[in-house]
Amino acid sequence: MTHLDGNALAGPLSEVFRDDMTTALGRCASCGDVSVLAEALVYDAAPGWAVRCHACGDVLMTFVRTLDRLRIDMRGLTALEIPS
Amino acid sequence: MAIFSRGFSGRPRESNPDLPPGQFLTEDFPVLSAGPTPRLDTADWKFEIKTETGQTLSWNWDELTALGLEDVHTDIHCVTRWSKLGTDWRGISLDKLFEDAETSFDFVMVHSYGGYTTNLPLEDLMNGQAWIATEFGGEPLEPDHGGPARLLVPHLYFWKSAKWVRGITMQRTDSPGFWEQNGYHIYGDPWREERYW
Ligand SMILES: [Zn+2]
Repeated sequence: MTHLDGNALAGPLSEVFRDDMTTALGRCASCGDVSVLAEALVYDAAPGWAVRCHACGDVLMTFVRTLDRLRIDMRGLTALEIPS
Repeated sequence: MAIFSRGFSGRPRESNPDLPPGQFLTEDFPVLSAGPTPRLDTADWKFEIKTETGQTLSWNWDELTALGLEDVHTDIHCVTRWSKLGTDWRGISLDKLFEDAETSFDFVMVHSYGGYTTNLPLEDLMNGQAWIATEFGGEPLEPDHGGPARLLVPHLYFWKSAKWVRGITMQRTDSPGFWEQNGYHIYGDPWREERYW
């Protein structure tokens, strides 16, 4: 089986990581709820931001701003669906 | 990106030897949390220590407070850059809670009601360095500040002082907790400015 190298992802990833991701659908790893990210609950009064599922309250993603980068953890999201 | 605009602003006190590097003095007590505040009734509350031997040590509220509260006068330092000096707490020493614990592991994971976790070396909880705090400023600890009980480990950045503490599990290695997995330092010494990885 042949494969392409990661440069082939430039096209699809630019569709995913675009200006406004809040209309993307995210699937919660904990309860399976599928909702637009705009419906998530964002707790910003913390060392970083914790983004929680509006249905079950579990953490979908975190954002941490360090000195030289923005780190995003998405282990609570098992799928993202982008309207095209 | 325009996020994190709600950063703390305060007065720098670079001449104050009690302020770790990069910290600002505050007189308030900012409330930080990565989730909703759990409403916990001390009647249902318990605290557990679990070790690798299968041992579980468990205390309900009355059993815990019967161990005796110590007065703790200390400075606290939040990684979001505020420090609060000379705070007064009362709490149960972790030395007492670990008296009967059978473990050869060197690290702990602290668990909270609501799902928060944070990791520490066991030695940082021992020898009068850590408490389960139940009072702040002479009053029962308010839910927003972690009440009825939070961990208090004031020599490390305050995200290690887990609110709504529920228990401690021994671990062989220093596996990272909630913020430690996501960019914050595995240890968090404010005097060395150990904020991020
Ligand atoms: Zn969910």
